[in-house]
Amino acid sequence: MSIAVGSRVSRKDGHLKVTGQARYAADHPMKNVAHAVAVCSTVAKGRVASIDSADAEKAAGFLAIIHHGNAPKMFRPVNNFMTASKPGEIRVVFEDDKVHYAGQYVAVVVAETLQQAQHAAGLVKITYETMPPLVETEQAMSTVYDPSEFFGEKLKAQRGDPAGALQSAAVKHEAEYFTPNEHHNPMEPSASMAAWDGEDLTLWETTQWVVGARNTVAETLGISEERIHIISPFIGGGFGCKGFIWPHSVMSAIAAKKTGRPVKLNLTRKQMFSGAGHRSETRQKVLLGATKEGKLTAVQHDTLVQTSTVDEFVESCGNTSRFLYSSPNMSIAHHAVRVNIATPTPMRAPGENPGLFAMESAMDELAYKLNIDPVQLRIINHSDKNEHTNQPWSSKYLKECYQTAAEKFGWAKRNPKPGSMRDGKYLVGWGMATATYPGMRSPGAAKVRILQDGSAQVISATQDMGGGTYTTMTQVVADITGIPVDRIRPELGDSRMPPAPVSGGSMTTASVLPAVNRAATDALKKIVQAAIADEKSPFHGKKEDEVVAGGGRVYLKGSSPESGSTYAQVLASKNQAAVEGESTLQPGQEREKYAFQSWGAQFVEVNVDPEIAKVTVSRVVSAFDIGKVINRKTVESQAYSGIIMGIGMALMEHTVYDHRDGGIVNSNLTDYAVPVNADIHSIEVDFIDKPDPYIDPYIGARGAGEITVTGVAAAIANAIYHATGRRVRELPITPDKLL
Amino acid sequence: MLPFDYAKAKNENDAIDRVRVPKAAFVAGGTTLIDLMKLNVMLPAMLVDINGLPLDKIETLPEGGLRIGAMVRNSDMAHHPEVIKRFPVLSQAVLAGASPQLRNMATTGGNLMQRTRCYYFRDTAYVCNKRQPGSGCAAMDGFNRIHAVLGGSDQCIATHPSDMAVALVALDAIVHIKGPSGGERKVPAADFHLLPGKTPHKETVVEPGELITYVTIPNTKFAAQSAYVKLRDRASYEFALASAGAALELQGNKIHAARLALGGVATKPWRSLEAERVLTGAAADEKTFHTAAEAAMKSAVAHKYNGFKIELAKRAIVRALASAAQSKADGRS
Repeated sequence: MSIAVGSRVSRKDGHLKVTGQARYAADHPMKNVAHAVAVCSTVAKGRVASIDSADAEKAAGFLAIIHHGNAPKMFRPVNNFMTASKPGEIRVVFEDDKVHYAGQYVAVVVAETLQQAQHAAGLVKITYETMPPLVETEQAMSTVYDPSEFFGEKLKAQRGDPAGALQSAAVKHEAEYFTPNEHHNPMEPSASMAAWDGEDLTLWETTQWVVGARNTVAETLGISEERIHIISPFIGGGFGCKGFIWPHSVMSAIAAKKTGRPVKLNLTRKQMFSGAGHRSETRQKVLLGATKEGKLTAVQHDTLVQTSTVDEFVESCGNTSRFLYSSPNMSIAHHAVRVNIATPTPMRAPGENPGLFAMESAMDELAYKLNIDPVQLRIINHSDKNEHTNQPWSSKYLKECYQTAAEKFGWAKRNPKPGSMRDGKYLVGWGMATATYPGMRSPGAAKVRILQDGSAQVISATQDMGGGTYTTMTQVVADITGIPVDRIRPELGDSRMPPAPVSGGSMTTASVLPAVNRAATDALKKIVQAAIADEKSPFHGKKEDEVVAGGGRVYLKGSSPESGSTYAQVLASKNQAAVEGESTLQPGQEREKYAFQSWGAQFVEVNVDPEIAKVTVSRVVSAFDIGKVINRKTVESQAYSGIIMGIGMALMEHTVYDHRDGGIVNSNLTDYAVPVNADIHSIEVDFIDKPDPYIDPYIGARGAGEITVTGVAAAIANAIYHATGRRVRELPITPDKLL
Repeated sequence: MLPFDYAKAKNENDAIDRVRVPKAAFVAGGTTLIDLMKLNVMLPAMLVDINGLPLDKIETLPEGGLRIGAMVRNSDMAHHPEVIKRFPVLSQAVLAGASPQLRNMATTGGNLMQRTRCYYFRDTAYVCNKRQPGSGCAAMDGFNRIHAVLGGSDQCIATHPSDMAVALVALDAIVHIKGPSGGERKVPAADFHLLPGKTPHKETVVEPGELITYVTIPNTKFAAQSAYVKLRDRASYEFALASAGAALELQGNKIHAARLALGGVATKPWRSLEAERVLTGAAADEKTFHTAAEAAMKSAVAHKYNGFKIELAKRAIVRALASAAQSKADGRS
């Protein structure tokens, strides 16, 4: 019966986007708007000694300057992710004169025009009392500590006796892996426009979490959340940097309050490197023990990361290693140092992504030591249940992922000997890695309205970062109601809509679509009730179970749908504008019974020109088990984007902080390289597309946002090893590492 | 960005007249200047817009060379049939630089005048002898992965970022500069940019009030047998870690004349006379190319993060020479 769900429906927002009509946060026109420009610290540690704004105040168009000396009273939010109060950094902007990292906001200047605000901001003279900052992990080892939790998950775990098992293991592998600091760099920099109407505040935002933005800004400003309205219909990419709530959303609000004007605040690309989070560098020590036959006997994964001096965010690299492969003995631990760098934040598969670079590189190295095919080694160690929680998997088709991708790739023709495969002067390398990411789900609500003209609306306070939520929620309504996709209007990105979770943790599909399904079903029930209540209707006086709604019509049970009335006829007869169905759903007992996890396999071919140290990722073939596929077209795009991001991670991306003063050296899109079209060649993705029977009762889909990036960097590093015989354990693999 | 005045030049002399006020600058494509104004690195008080000047043609000179107007857009130069056919190193170099959008804006003169991508030059929070003479060099002990191993001084190790200029050096091109008194001078491309020495803020021979009008490329026997190789962190839209422009005049398998210029590794577009001496008269083979590469990089000085460039440049040189030797020379030159 399902028609729209599972098919290749084009993006509902596609036309708006390609014709430039989609309005992003900074695009909204506003009468009488003033412009704010943030002033950032040029030192990484110390205090603001003086702020001289005399010249700025004389500049044309100047309206206001706000800094720690004159900021209104604000409050540190509760900082509870579960109650949707989550600032990117717990320290409130302009809280005091202390400076914790370069790029920290020390003032915001408001003027009539953007150019005037930029000019005035440049005239503000700030002096600092500077202290030597801690920038590099080595410098900061005196601050090392063991963080305890990552969103409720313990960061330390042990099973059996890994040390003992390693000692007696027939084959051992031990190595250290490094991933650098990285930034999300979405196309659209963060922006916020604030407008007050008395005590009511409207914020036009670019946020992955409208409900979180509302609650966090409300708590920071000390006003009721009902007085705040967050609007964020389009997001130009987020990847996590728009998940938690960063200071600019509060800064625009207090600037608007102070000037009595609507105020627009856009972050510059440079400010995106300090004002919206990043992924911490990681140093990971992996130890593997195995029998000669390749069965893992011990897995140890020890991670050292950086966090800031004002808050804690830990890149939880080891958590996946607790259950990725079957091993009777396992231990993971995480350590952090506090450096004078802004607080890290989730970046596409936080923890899993750098963690899998280390673990999946290590598995490749072990495969070579054992002389076992890397795919075979993974199959030998397949985990039939989550050995950490001792739960069965809700569904797991990882072996099918290996098989599907390996066949398409032609893996059977691989000669495992490094340097053995060639294409003319190029060395050819084939590498693979496992991909995985949890199948999370949160409470979600939705409303579906069937309107008098026979069209429908589907509404939820979720977000669409480009992943396709606008489209997938429409598909679900289409299948339940029979109203065609092009007659259904999806609405999202507004905090006044039925609440939905952060578009993070790959949980939007699993959290929102079941509620959409139920809300649409509820709307059908409402239209049946309307028909029955209508004295002029042929259904008048029937019992609810005698009347069916679906396929675009209301009809008597047992009769053909064509014999009934259209939704429009039912509503017209009653002079009724619409019926509304609603639903709020949340995960339940199934979370205790099962472990929910998505899986995948990434196969990569590289061509290496050894004379000039040039690597080309010539081919990627991947297969993913993400439960049911809702929209093959948008999920393929998701997968391409994750794989491309993985190519960037493997070969290019690294943020450089000057070791002397903590300044960000490459805070722009020229010096911070991400892949361009010329770097991207063939990418082929496939999906197992078997519904997860337990994640929810109605849809069976786990998210696809993050799993697609995991494993890519390891697969590329493994392919480079296969091509060249050089094992690079430090990302990014730039030409200098292959000379 | 500071407020600035703006005037559109009516003709060459008008442009030169208008730019003779303090803190004035020509603006052509704007791909460097506007960018650096936004960063408060360049703070002109007056912009003289030369986009309307009729210096936008590529002409074949009677002796067979080319005269390229200063306002010819990089895209038009790179895709010009004569450039592609007879001066391939130039077309290849220009197409290796920037992006199509930038090349549509950037001009011949502007490309020569573009400023370094040194991180510290572009960030006013740091000292920089180029930006503020005498203030110091933050790159020397900073993150200098992209910096120069050739031609540096104790004041500056910033690289010149142009690909086009490297090709022009390899082609013996001449830069034509018009001055306030109406006089014109001609400067070989190899001498157009200055070594930083004690005056890193002085990057070219162009004096205040002077306007680049043309670049001419002579009709040489090596121009057509030329190639450009650029090595970088990604496949496109990225500055060179090391690049090489090579041009060879072959007689049989013997190199009769050679030009080799380097980018990404030096403080200016770098002509390697040492390599050219090795090449001239030698057999056009891998061994010669390797010897030439060694010679070119012999005087290189590594800093903390850029030592790899010495080896990478050698690889670029060998590849560029091999490509030039294998390229099919067009009979006309």
